Amino acid sequence: MTEFLRWARYHWQRLTGGTNRDDDERPYNYSSLLACGGKTSQTPKVAGRHRVVVPHLRPFKDEYEKFSGTYVNNRIRTTKYTLLNFVPRNLFEQFHRAANLYFLFLAVLNWVPLVEAFQKEITMLPLVVVLTIIAIKDGLEDYRKYKIDKQINNLVTKVYSRKEKKYVDQCWKDVAVGDFIRLSCNEVIPADMVLLFSTDPDKICHIETSGLDGESNLKQRQVVRGYAEQDSEVDPEKFSSKIECESPNNDLSRFRGYLEHSNKERVGLSKENLLLRGCTIRNTEAVVGIVVYAGHETKAMLNNSGPRYKRSKLERRANTDVLWCVLLLFVMCLTGALGHGIWLSKYENIIFFNIPEPDGHVISPVLAGFYMFWTMIILLQLGQIYFIQSDVDFYNEKMDSTVQCRALNITEDLGQIQYLFSDKTGTLTENKMVFRRCSVAGFDYCHEENARRLDSYQEAVSEDEDSADTPSGPVSTTARPRAPSCRTVPNGPLGSKPWSPLGGSGEGASEVPRSRQAAFSSPMETDVVPDTRLLDKFSQITPQLFTPLEEPVPNPPLEILYIVDFFIALAICNTVVVSAPNQPRQKIGLSSLSGMPIKSLEEIKNLFQRLSVRRSSSPSLASGKEPTSGVPNAFVSRLSLFSRMKLASPVEEEASPTSESPQGSSGTSPCPTEVARPNGDPGLMGGQVGPCPGQPSAAPLCYEAESPDEAALVYAARAYRCTLQSRSPEQLVVDFAALGPLTFQLLHILPFDSVRKRMSVVVRHPLSNQVVVYTKGADSVIMELLSVASPDGASREKQQMIIREKTQKHLDDYARRGLRTLCIAKKVMSDTEYEEWLRNHFLAETSIDHREELLLESAMRLENKLTLLGATGIEDRLQEGVPESIEALQRAGIKIWMLTGDKQETAVNIAYACKLLEPDDKLFILNTQSKDACEMLMSTILKELREKNPASNVRTSVSEGLPQPPATQGSGLRAGLIITGKTLEFALQESLQGPFLELTACCQAVICCRATPLQKSEVVKLVRSHLRVMTLAIGDGANDVSMIQVADVGIGISGQEGMQAVMASDFAISQFKHLGKLLLVHGHWCYARLANMILYFFYKNVAYVNLLFWYQFFCGFSGTSMTDYWVLILFNLLFTSAPPVIYGVLEKDVSAETLMQLPELYKRGQKSEAYLPLTFWITLLDAFYQSLVCFFMPYYTYQGSDIDIFTFGNPLNTAALFIIILHLVIESKSLTWIHMLVIVGSILSYLVFALVFGAMCVTCNPPSNPYWIMQEHMLDPVFYLVCVLTTCVALLPRFIYRVLQGSLFPSPVLRAQHLDRLTPEERTEALKKWSRAGTTGQVTAQYADHPAAKSEKRATPGPSAAFARMPAPSRAVERRSVSVHETVLDSDFCEKKISGMPGPSKG
Amino acid sequence: MTWSAAARGAHQPDNTAFTQQRLPAWQPLLSASIALPLFFCAGLAFIGLGLGLFYSSNGIKELEYDYTGTAGPGGCSACALADRGRAPPPPCWCAWHFSLPELFPGPVYLYYELTNFYQNNRRYSVSRDDAQLSGLPSALRHPANECAPYQRRASGLPIAPCGAIANSLFNDSFSLWHQRRAGGPYVEVPLDRTGIAWWTDCHVKFRNPPPVNGSLALAFHGTAPPPNWPRPVYALSPDPNNTGFVNQDFVVWMRTAALPTFRKLYARIRQGNYSAGLPRGSYAVNITYNYPVRAFGGRKLVVLSNISWMGGKNPFLGIAYLAVGSLCILVGFVMLVVYIRYQDQNDEDEDEE
Repeated sequence: MTEFLRWARYHWQRLTGGTNRDDDERPYNYSSLLACGGKTSQTPKVAGRHRVVVPHLRPFKDEYEKFSGTYVNNRIRTTKYTLLNFVPRNLFEQFHRAANLYFLFLAVLNWVPLVEAFQKEITMLPLVVVLTIIAIKDGLEDYRKYKIDKQINNLVTKVYSRKEKKYVDQCWKDVAVGDFIRLSCNEVIPADMVLLFSTDPDKICHIETSGLDGESNLKQRQVVRGYAEQDSEVDPEKFSSKIECESPNNDLSRFRGYLEHSNKERVGLSKENLLLRGCTIRNTEAVVGIVVYAGHETKAMLNNSGPRYKRSKLERRANTDVLWCVLLLFVMCLTGALGHGIWLSKYENIIFFNIPEPDGHVISPVLAGFYMFWTMIILLQLGQIYFIQSDVDFYNEKMDSTVQCRALNITEDLGQIQYLFSDKTGTLTENKMVFRRCSVAGFDYCHEENARRLDSYQEAVSEDEDSADTPSGPVSTTARPRAPSCRTVPNGPLGSKPWSPLGGSGEGASEVPRSRQAAFSSPMETDVVPDTRLLDKFSQITPQLFTPLEEPVPNPPLEILYIVDFFIALAICNTVVVSAPNQPRQKIGLSSLSGMPIKSLEEIKNLFQRLSVRRSSSPSLASGKEPTSGVPNAFVSRLSLFSRMKLASPVEEEASPTSESPQGSSGTSPCPTEVARPNGDPGLMGGQVGPCPGQPSAAPLCYEAESPDEAALVYAARAYRCTLQSRSPEQLVVDFAALGPLTFQLLHILPFDSVRKRMSVVVRHPLSNQVVVYTKGADSVIMELLSVASPDGASREKQQMIIREKTQKHLDDYARRGLRTLCIAKKVMSDTEYEEWLRNHFLAETSIDHREELLLESAMRLENKLTLLGATGIEDRLQEGVPESIEALQRAGIKIWMLTGDKQETAVNIAYACKLLEPDDKLFILNTQSKDACEMLMSTILKELREKNPASNVRTSVSEGLPQPPATQGSGLRAGLIITGKTLEFALQESLQGPFLELTACCQAVICCRATPLQKSEVVKLVRSHLRVMTLAIGDGANDVSMIQVADVGIGISGQEGMQAVMASDFAISQFKHLGKLLLVHGHWCYARLANMILYFFYKNVAYVNLLFWYQFFCGFSGTSMTDYWVLILFNLLFTSAPPVIYGVLEKDVSAETLMQLPELYKRGQKSEAYLPLTFWITLLDAFYQSLVCFFMPYYTYQGSDIDIFTFGNPLNTAALFIIILHLVIESKSLTWIHMLVIVGSILSYLVFALVFGAMCVTCNPPSNPYWIMQEHMLDPVFYLVCVLTTCVALLPRFIYRVLQGSLFPSPVLRAQHLDRLTPEERTEALKKWSRAGTTGQVTAQYADHPAAKSEKRATPGPSAAFARMPAPSRAVERRSVSVHETVLDSDFCEKKISGMPGPSKG
Repeated sequence: MTWSAAARGAHQPDNTAFTQQRLPAWQPLLSASIALPLFFCAGLAFIGLGLGLFYSSNGIKELEYDYTGTAGPGGCSACALADRGRAPPPPCWCAWHFSLPELFPGPVYLYYELTNFYQNNRRYSVSRDDAQLSGLPSALRHPANECAPYQRRASGLPIAPCGAIANSLFNDSFSLWHQRRAGGPYVEVPLDRTGIAWWTDCHVKFRNPPPVNGSLALAFHGTAPPPNWPRPVYALSPDPNNTGFVNQDFVVWMRTAALPTFRKLYARIRQGNYSAGLPRGSYAVNITYNYPVRAFGGRKLVVLSNISWMGGKNPFLGIAYLAVGSLCILVGFVMLVVYIRYQDQNDEDEDEE
């Protein structure tokens, strides 16, 4: 009850909230801080509105009531109905359907006494029954949503309570704006809040936003300035400031406001200070924040556009056809009315068989016609076109395992999908970066064991079975959480397990990795099986290699040196944060032991365990407190940090996520640094190199990286026992097995950015004591920066050249295999060189004008003359079966778009890997900074495409309003379009929509990268509304929710990223590969079934109602029916309803196997072939014919006899029953015993009913009287003869048509049916034949279509054509260079466009 | 926001033929080869049936006479003229003379036929009260509203039987006279007027109200006959078993005809010398001409007919069967052609591959 009251209050507040807020907030002038933000990309609800947040605590009660009392609390409600509004609202929803409305109209009309035809109750009955059933279904669906809401609302979080002076557990729903919330690591943020405190020494907090934008890397949030300096936890009691911020809006990337202290001092707030609902705290022990937006006003909730009432295409079509039927009926009624009028006018006087009205007037012809109309309509009502809908609703497919059907009324849409919009991360890929191969010093190490290991990583296996089964054995001995909400619960013995040698079996199998705990640390990502060849080479590494550096080293050791450098680069050239796996928040080496107050018994235990491990291995805990040297280093690093922080403007962040350094500032807290904690096997310390040196130390380390690639590389290095042990702003500790722990002094980090496409670290090498630059970056970039003339003489130079060539070859190979490639290079600098560079760099950092350019220049100065060490190949593992599914879907004629928040390179890479793009596809890249440039570029590309492909273009022009752009598959030219988020924004604007769609229509695949959730949904909306096609959106994260809701069919993948996508979806599947079967098999079936069923219902009703219509010609158009109306009602409701339903559920035109093997069969549904307007009208025509036969056969038989009305109706009815049921049998493609049972049951039920009713009903329902009629007829041979003849004649045309169709011009589906009958061997043979026939047909057609274009293309390959046909190896490189060019092009596009610069695709 | 699903396996659907849609199914692939024998068989069967029907229909004899009086030599035209104008037409008699050259085989049925009479007019056909007709005393006093305007008389008395159908009861009567020899006396042929309605109708559906003091008239006390009726319902026939609501003429009339041209059985001829049929000779049907049909352009006919196993004379069914049977055979031949050509095509395809 209280809940209800609160709910009511909440809604009342929502209603009144708007005005209240206005009143409250108007006095505040807010423009100074908030309005200066300039333009907004997606206009928030109301600009200029803002809210004031004060603590939700007693001392501020009055103030709180004044400001925040009306804000929405954190309870969410996604349900559509409540107990109160269920009935009206559900009815309202249901009457969206034309048929429902129409029947309601009829039912209401029947209550008007003048036109009352039957008893009111009877006419209401079918309507009420159907409405009730649908309402129950809706109610159940809503109830499910309600339960989930409740589950979320009752999640527990810690909220500060003044009464108890501490944080107490409270449900999410009770969180209010102004509450102080304390969250621990791995907890989900319950509401949008401003970060006030973090236990992190750098006063930052990492959050994982995968629930919001799908990016699974960690994002960094900062404590509000002013609070960051306080070391102690913020005390809510003393918090007296006031927060003013903008009104709730859906812009995830923006938050503006300020915090006003009691002394009127203001501190600005940005999105850096905001923790968003639905994100997870990572890597930080605890944070405290104050809630500013709650519940439905949080950005996450506002980003979910509300649910849409989805109606399937078929339903919409059926709705229009219902209208056609109504029109038809009107015509019939008009005929009736006119006919009755004419009939009456033939008689001058009142005739005795026409009854005058009580007042003596003869009813007017019109009214009489209306009677007739009315009767007919009711018959149609009883005819239940209606059942179409209810059947659509009832209809529940038995889907494959773990497929949930969440919306039951759009199943058939699955069979008509034309456009598929897919998320990338987590949908196509597993979102797991896996180190696959590397090439060091010109030697390719293909890591075959690793590949084998990865192959064996079936998702299910890794989830369900003990990891002992996996060949590698456990590498990561991390503790696994039991519950995803808290990772810190140790699940078993901590500490190190004896590390099993390579290929070691189950020895030392530890906890099974059950769920993703830290980002990018699933065993698949962390475990790397070293390559044996490389391990052999590792065995040659000895510390002696380095110590006498000046000694002339023979050639082989040079390679060894390369290997050492390569792995050191892998380990340190990154921004990875090292943490203990059981407590990822603690950064090892800094303050983990001393700085942190011990919180719980559990942690003490962990601590003890860790210490005990160390005690055995490390001689001293406090060795090497200070970095050995580098007076300028601390300064430099701080400086660079400073510059990085300054650089972190929003634009910059968008461009490069890595610019946020997780290191944070350490300047304020000079913590004792714990260096060189050498742990692992004590034996290794003695320098004994085991037989298998490629083992990492067993230290329970966990790496938290900002990008999965980095983590993958660090893990790879660890597999070679080159373990990154700790990282601090000043130094890096790497435990290199053969060399012992190495402490690198970190001199400088040049973070990754998308312009340079590389990152570098500058360190002082502990062994050589030289300044070394390690650079890691895109291959195309690094290759250009390599040193041309090496100082080490000709031999080295030569070797470098050889290495370069070989590495390039390997890179091409990697790229062809869909791996993400990175090059690793290094450069040794002399101290003087470095100091000189540092001076310049310092100047660049401190300069105010053109700082960015200067910094870039400075980086260029550093990153040159590099020595190539090697390259890596990383795989973002595709989900199982994705390429096959995509190929099949494309064969099925579905256009696939990939919408991702990821960056362009990654997206394109994946697109290649999953066969969305073919190697010889032509790529067009749209990446511009302005609308004009975008427009130019689009027209250029379009022009080019038109030249290449004139035929297809004519057809695809959107302006013609063709609803369906033809598949360009046959046209020879395959093209892919890549568009970035920024450009997408321009393209989505009104004026560019046309060209954009035209462009996309020409392309096989479209890839949108860096797209926001809202953009995703806008793209879907655009395609859906402008091309009028069926769209499907599939995604797994909360960032896909709005897209899923907008599309005609939304599919959620119940994967790793929570349930939001599933909740919003119409169907939920567990893996992308299931989509193939869902669409190709179930979609096809559902569509075929439903289309046929709807046609059948129309047919059935028209055929049956027409019987009555024909009778009107013989009863003076007076609206008499020759059938008892109970029979009329039950005829549709009972006798002929079950077979079509069974047909609609069980019909299987082609077997599942064939459908999977021949995706082309899907095209039938896309073109709506089963339910075209023509089909509809032909069906109606057939219905007319059948009704004519069914009426006139008995008519002529009984003409002039003494037959009475209802006896005449009996054979009509019986014949109609047989016709209608046998018609279904003819149309059925498969008949099971269930069909037979139902058909026989229907016929028997009719006969039994007729007999029983005829025997029992002596005086019931007065106007008609079926008494003993059936019994009489059963004894009459003529009755049988008439029924047989009528049935045969009525069905003959359709039967003949079907027979001829089967023999003369079988449709693909029919041919596929024949395949089902063959033996397996014949089948495979036939399938081969089929596909061969398909391709040859296509090819010949295509050559016939444009031979000219083809030959022209071959003769004169222009630059772009050459690019398009470039063989795959060079393609990867080319692609990268293209993207570089295009960025350059963008910047000066405006100048160049005048000179008619072609698109970047020609770059 | 992750909720771990229940243990795997709980959601695993049953792997049955039904749930996985793998039920064994008969897949009727319609093609010429399958349909061929079907068409030939059906065609032959239909032709056989059609021949049987055709001959039995041809074997039925029918004699009919239009006595509406618009034209013709009989005296009925006079009656028709008299009929015009006045609401209660005066009684009028006319006759139809015909002669049979040979025996008209029995059993012979005497029908009357009306044309253009829309008994199936909606308002007309509902204007009755079955409850009243089933002898329910309460319904006798309180006829159903459907009967309006023939529900009650102006005096307020309920009409029994109420409704338009009863009111418009056909009231011509016929008698059949046989003249064995030319110039000889006419002998009345006995007409069996009892077995003309459905047995169930006059024994179950139509019942008289329970007699009061053994008198049917008293049972109907307090009711009025329909306006057009010259006498009350209990006086329809002198035969106590054939009067009141169970009067068979009345019962037959109340079974409203399906089509505007209809026959109704008047009598059966099966008694005495006429049980085998009507012997040859001259006959006269004396008609009491009461029923007005000219107002609605209808006509009245009197029909003598015998019936076979398939009912009255109607060649349609036989012809239809013959036609459809022939059509089936024809289509069968087309199928044969298709089948042969299709087969060839298939072979060619195979050869090409």
